[in-house]
Amino acid sequence: MSARDDILARVRSATSDITTEPRLLARVASSAADEPSLGGGQTGNESGGEQGTLELFVENVADYRATVLRTREPDVAATVVSALRSAGLRSVVLPSGLDGSWCEALGEAFEVVPESEAHSPQALDVIDAVVTGCALGIAATGTIVLDHSGDQGRRELTLVPDTHLCVIRADQVVPDVPEAVARLGAAPHRGQPLTWISGPSATSDIELQRVEGVHGPRTLVVVLVGPD
Amino acid sequence: MSTPPVQETSPTFVGMPAFPKAAHEALANTQQRANLHNATHTIRAKRASVVAEVPEWEALRVAGADAKDEALHHLGDYLEQLEESLTANGAVVHWARDADEANRIVVDIARSKEVDEVVKVKSMATQEIELNEALEEAGISAWETDLAELIVQLFGDRPSHILVPAIHRNRTEIRDVFLRQMGEFGRPAPADLTDDPARLAEAARLHLREKFLRARVAVSGANFAIADTGTLVVVESEGNGRMCLTLPETLISVVGIEKVLPTWDDLAPMLQLLPRSSTGERMNPYTTMWSGVHEGDGPQEVHVILLDNGRSHVLADALGRQALRCIRCSACLNVCPVYERTGGHAYGSVYPGPIGAVLNPQLRGTASEIDQSLPYASSLCGACFDACPVRINIPELLVELRGTVAEQGGHRAESAAMKAAAWVLSDPRRLAVAQKGATTAGRLLGKRTITKVPGLGAWTDARNVPSPPTETFRQWWARERGETSGTQEEEQR
Ligand code: SF4
Repeated sequence: MSARDDILARVRSATSDITTEPRLLARVASSAADEPSLGGGQTGNESGGEQGTLELFVENVADYRATVLRTREPDVAATVVSALRSAGLRSVVLPSGLDGSWCEALGEAFEVVPESEAHSPQALDVIDAVVTGCALGIAATGTIVLDHSGDQGRRELTLVPDTHLCVIRADQVVPDVPEAVARLGAAPHRGQPLTWISGPSATSDIELQRVEGVHGPRTLVVVLVGPD
Repeated sequence: MSTPPVQETSPTFVGMPAFPKAAHEALANTQQRANLHNATHTIRAKRASVVAEVPEWEALRVAGADAKDEALHHLGDYLEQLEESLTANGAVVHWARDADEANRIVVDIARSKEVDEVVKVKSMATQEIELNEALEEAGISAWETDLAELIVQLFGDRPSHILVPAIHRNRTEIRDVFLRQMGEFGRPAPADLTDDPARLAEAARLHLREKFLRARVAVSGANFAIADTGTLVVVESEGNGRMCLTLPETLISVVGIEKVLPTWDDLAPMLQLLPRSSTGERMNPYTTMWSGVHEGDGPQEVHVILLDNGRSHVLADALGRQALRCIRCSACLNVCPVYERTGGHAYGSVYPGPIGAVLNPQLRGTASEIDQSLPYASSLCGACFDACPVRINIPELLVELRGTVAEQGGHRAESAAMKAAAWVLSDPRRLAVAQKGATTAGRLLGKRTITKVPGLGAWTDARNVPSPPTETFRQWWARERGETSGTQEEEQR
């Protein structure tokens, strides 16, 4: 017997006492009668982008020692440029689908490498920073989630450079994890990977003392745009 | 059909002394005890405060347990669905009955890529099957990339804690081993390295970056495998996981069959329960989710090895199967008075602490002395059950396993049990915990015999036990109970 058939047979025999139907079958039968969502903690059930949710998002992102900057739509490019400039950074890689006006402003201030030219980890390793959008943000946990759409680029873009600046619009911030999971459900079906980021990389492996920045970007800047 | 075979005890642990003896040895190591105390108490306090932020925590625990139970009760169906989704997403699915089969598959893939090294992201499953040793035998170096795993590997140690495997080492020891060993395996540590944790992390970053950038094959585990979407999930902190999961051309993931979740939506409770229970954070720094091969992004060859290795044996026990819900958060370790004193090595397995005490004898059977004694490595105080995010009733399982060991009869079972009892009783502090536990045990046992519960053991062995450094019971109690006051969860106990 193949290992597959053997394991499946063992598993089926081990669960032969179970009499209930698998949920997946039950679910198809009763269609989408959505159960109430669990979790979210202190945020209640406000819809994305409301004031309390945004405040909590900012507070929780900052709690991870990431930098949070707030701005309005017309000033995004200027905010991004000044944040990178004040950190003394010189080169930046930009995903191919990033807002054209931001790219233009960044091009005037920095050495810009388009995604298509940063084709290897080695090439990315000599670039100071990356600027991206995101799929959504989660207030209850201070998380940003990338689905690696055009304005976020391939996964390695946001991994190898030491500074990641992520722009998020107020209406992309959801209150809690269940809401985020529900909204992101389509990504795997579209063949998109997901990266959940909560602060810069960190370790507490040495005597439990927290150190920010091991392998991922050591600096994370989140620019929250709006509400206008 | 006969009962599924149990897991082979790995050669590393075959000569392992039974828990009481190993525990004696560990107790003498004061560095380890101090570090463990600091670690478990720090994480406990953090966990308690982030858990208190979530008013519906209990409902979340129930949802988490339900999701895992659903997957386990219909595991055959969900495994087939997972295989189908993964294959549709371009992944190659392999099945491995035991450690040897799994190791052989990994070695064969690595050989076919003609590499002499792989990078690894921390995974309990690959530790369990001793993949690094198998790769080494095949002439392939396996580089651990988690900072703690790197430390453990440079020392030539075994990990002592699921979450922070190097807490038995202090910063000076770590600096010394970095200076001494890093150059042997790649980029050396800077000569002026200090014992500042930030400098040590920086040295690890540089040492490992060289390996990440050139690696062609990576090996990972997975925290969750979602049947309906064919998505694997890896939860981590340092970014070494992202490096391994993103940069190499070929990715091999070894996934225990109990890691399956039925649907994407089941991630909602899990991603709330795991980080808060594990590191005491609202969310861990990085989580990567991938669904097979993503064109033009990340590894273009993706293998998934579904591993049994004793799990179907655990599944066959209607009560014991709940142990397979375990999401390896280590919350139960951090609240366990026995673990705190003995450390992880005494459990004779990669799965230490309360969950190890129930999982190992179930995975491996109760033939060996260590596995017979593990169900007694507990005072049954119940703290592990309260802390467990997927509501595994560890005390109940321990009592059940004690029954199994006792029924096996024979001298060995009995003597292992009594030695463990003696160990608990040999020190007033442990006794106090055990006395508290005995009440719980009495409750749990109902009308069944309680003679196997520590509390009636032979006092005579007590003289042989080296006492831990002096501290009065009251001091210990104050420290134990006083530090993390004010949290809901502590008050419940
Ligand atoms: S048994 Fe529960 S508390 Fe212990 S590691 Fe597993 S999930 Fe965590």
